Amino acid sequence: MKVAVIVFPGSNCDRDMHHVLTDVFHLDSQLVWHTDQLPKNIDAIVLPGGFSYGDRLRAGVIAAHSPVIKDVKKMAERGIPVLGVCNGFQILVESGLLPGALLKNTSLNFMCKWTEIIVKNNKTPFTNKFKLDQRIPIAIANGEGRYYADDATLKSLKKNNQIVFTYAEEINGASLGIAGICNKAGNVVGMMPHPERSAEQIINPKNAKPASLIFESLLSTLGVIA
Amino acid sequence: MSLTPQESEYLEKKIGRKPNPLEFQIVAAEWSEHCSYKSSKKHLKILPKKGKRVISGPGYDSGVLDVGDGYVVTVHIESHNHPSAVEPYGGAATGVGGVIRDILSAGTRPIAILDGLRFGNIEKDNHARWLFKNAIRGIADYGNCLGIPTVGGEIEFDKCFTNYALVDVAAIGFGKKENLIRNRAEKGDYVVLIGGSTGRDGIGGSQFASDKLEAENRSAVQIPDPFIEKLVIEAILEARNQKCIKAMKDLGGGGLSCAISETADALGVGIDLDLSLVHKREQNMLPSELMVSESQERMLVITDLKKLATLKSICEKFRVPYSVIGRVHEDKMMEVKLNKNTMAKLPSQVVANAPLLDRPSIKPKYLSALQKVKKPIQPVDLSKTLLKMLSNPNIASKHWVYTQYDHEVGIRTVVKPGGDGASLRLDNGKFLSVKIDGNSKHCYINPREGVIGCFDEACRNVICTGAKPIGMVDHLQFGNPEDPEIFWTFKESVQAITDYAKYFEIPCVGGKVSLYNETDEGPIKPTPIIGVLGLNEGNPMIPKKIETGDLLIIVGITKDELGGSEYYEYIHGLTGGKCPTVDMKTSKKIQDAVLELIHQDTVKIAHDCSKGGLAIGVSKLCIINETGCTVSVEKIPAEKLQLDELLFSETHSRFLLVISKKDEKRVISFLEKKGIPHASIGNFSGKNMIFKEKSKIVTSVRVDKAQEKWLNSLEALVTHG
Repeated sequence: MKVAVIVFPGSNCDRDMHHVLTDVFHLDSQLVWHTDQLPKNIDAIVLPGGFSYGDRLRAGVIAAHSPVIKDVKKMAERGIPVLGVCNGFQILVESGLLPGALLKNTSLNFMCKWTEIIVKNNKTPFTNKFKLDQRIPIAIANGEGRYYADDATLKSLKKNNQIVFTYAEEINGASLGIAGICNKAGNVVGMMPHPERSAEQIINPKNAKPASLIFESLLSTLGVIA
Repeated sequence: MSLTPQESEYLEKKIGRKPNPLEFQIVAAEWSEHCSYKSSKKHLKILPKKGKRVISGPGYDSGVLDVGDGYVVTVHIESHNHPSAVEPYGGAATGVGGVIRDILSAGTRPIAILDGLRFGNIEKDNHARWLFKNAIRGIADYGNCLGIPTVGGEIEFDKCFTNYALVDVAAIGFGKKENLIRNRAEKGDYVVLIGGSTGRDGIGGSQFASDKLEAENRSAVQIPDPFIEKLVIEAILEARNQKCIKAMKDLGGGGLSCAISETADALGVGIDLDLSLVHKREQNMLPSELMVSESQERMLVITDLKKLATLKSICEKFRVPYSVIGRVHEDKMMEVKLNKNTMAKLPSQVVANAPLLDRPSIKPKYLSALQKVKKPIQPVDLSKTLLKMLSNPNIASKHWVYTQYDHEVGIRTVVKPGGDGASLRLDNGKFLSVKIDGNSKHCYINPREGVIGCFDEACRNVICTGAKPIGMVDHLQFGNPEDPEIFWTFKESVQAITDYAKYFEIPCVGGKVSLYNETDEGPIKPTPIIGVLGLNEGNPMIPKKIETGDLLIIVGITKDELGGSEYYEYIHGLTGGKCPTVDMKTSKKIQDAVLELIHQDTVKIAHDCSKGGLAIGVSKLCIINETGCTVSVEKIPAEKLQLDELLFSETHSRFLLVISKKDEKRVISFLEKKGIPHASIGNFSGKNMIFKEKSKIVTSVRVDKAQEKWLNSLEALVTHG
């Protein structure tokens, strides 16, 4: 099973994600430079965190227009699981694969801390191993992490069960406390918190089990585990 | 841009003629205090630089330590004080960028940043607050974008930094020993400038930093671009993997003048370069501007014909601008051309080695006066004093600062900021601990004991994470070295660091000197910063949660050493008295014993007892763990002291250990056997932090109230002030 981790100029969580996928969950993961073609036999795609193009203009907006995103869109339409983390989420939103926008945190500061999120949709390829309302201790690190959408969009997100994660505490002023959403089909998931920083007990000050279920869900989706 | 008459004369004698104006500018940049260490170099020779883990090589800009299994750790420290005092955002950001490139120069990937920051009194001084906020933002924006975690540091506020800022940045690198750049060059090799384009920013920056801060010389401040730096890092590391780099140096102070002359000198070769080939961001730049511009995010790489095409294609992949600017020769000359016309030609050995100075020094008169101060009267309500101490910006939690830094990226941060040292996991299963410490208040009162205390504190912090110190770096920051009294404090500090390093067998693997840290109001207090690296080959020491019934053990004796303490300075406005001293023999014994205890897995938390003293140390444990504690002060091993002295003395060589009740006998008998002063002084329970003397309550403070003060004071100052 092959997972592509797409690397843009300025991505900086690509190697962390690659480590967790390969060394912790034993997936065949491959770093793919943004100008290279996506390998054909890809089973899942991850857009990692970082500062693609130095966050110039707006976080994620330049990467969203890079050619590789066209391939990602095609794969997404075919139902292949796509996960965007932090800057990856920003890119998914900027490219139109997910609705809404990510604005500056209400504190106006970059914020690196540990928090908890709650699983609100356990039917996606990245959450199918969770119980509904299960809590995940997880790391966040972003400056533009406040999810925003207009009322009509929020209404349709709720109606279509597209809200995947919400924060357990008020943290950055996000609409409905949203930490992660998915597309209507459910195969494209974007989230601000960092599962790759939270799935190993040695670096997770609380409990790494729940965050590792995000990766185990993917393993299960790909048929690697039951 | 200037040379002294003696230096001009020396230069003319060396080259056998008068230098032309461009040559003069090149030499002036390289012979500035900042680049040449002309005042300090003679004295730095005494520092012990060898050790079983130390790997040294020609032209390394960072210290290299062997951590086993084919891996190395690199470390370097620098400051960016003058620029940060004028333009804190850009100054601090480019300070990060510069030290990161030193790590990269060795061929290692930067894996952590630490910073030491100093400003004026932010409670009263709006300008200090502005400097503070923007320096933090500069560091955050730069480090976060690079994806290098800022894992630790320290912050001090003192009136002596009014209208000024000390911004020290230390960086850590990690890599395979086989990938270290060997730094060699042969005739015919190519000299390639990689990274940001050269402009008029940072012109004369190293000279600006070699003088008292007078005018706000903004054009001497460099402009940061972390995105280019990130691309440079990835391109260089890929070039390293593909063996395209024979030698490498980052462009920092003194720009091309410094990089070319020092590289040629270190490798024993000559280099010629053509300035018309340099990629520029501005039109019509003069040769002298190109030679001394300190534009950021640039690296100088030497490669050979076989690898030049690969190097170019790597730069193109990452869209990093580059230019092939010159060739290597055998003649040991640096030759600067413009469109093939020679503009300057100098022996690189002469340019890279300024004539060293023997500055006079004399013990400052103020020192003896400071020893004799009248003890302040003990406050009636020590609970109130404790709360005030907790809201002191020097003591209050710095979480407002470190939560703005991405301290998790890289997924190595095992022990996180906010505690003692930080600890990072390495690829060989070991753990690297790092900490930097400084204390201008102690160093002002007693330059020797002050810096030894900083060294001891950094070691203790590293030990608290279960690591054994393996190397250190120093950053020596003083005022004008031409003042013999200031120069005496510099010399005293170097001797003290040498003595401690030798006794503890901790090699000095790098350092930096920053002089002329002065404003119109005078020089800063002596502010040497010590960074210590430790290696933990066992289990990581991650602080455990305190439970009701756990015990508090103090190790070490509390002494009448309140000079320069936060208690004297912040509560009583008093500068002077006897500052803490370190008995090296005792301290070594204590450090070894505590490390052994940690590795026996009997310690839940090991916490260094320093700034603010015992009362602050205990408070932090209670606040972080949200538990109360009752401490019996009469049990504390101590000299005859008043209660306020017992609570707030900053005596070194002390640790606070939290242990389970079940381990009490084991721990106590171990310490007894080792002959180390210690006592079980308290137990954790309830909602109050209580210090009592027999049955009499000395202080009683609710933990939630203390927590509110400690956690929010700094943020409140910055956001509402």
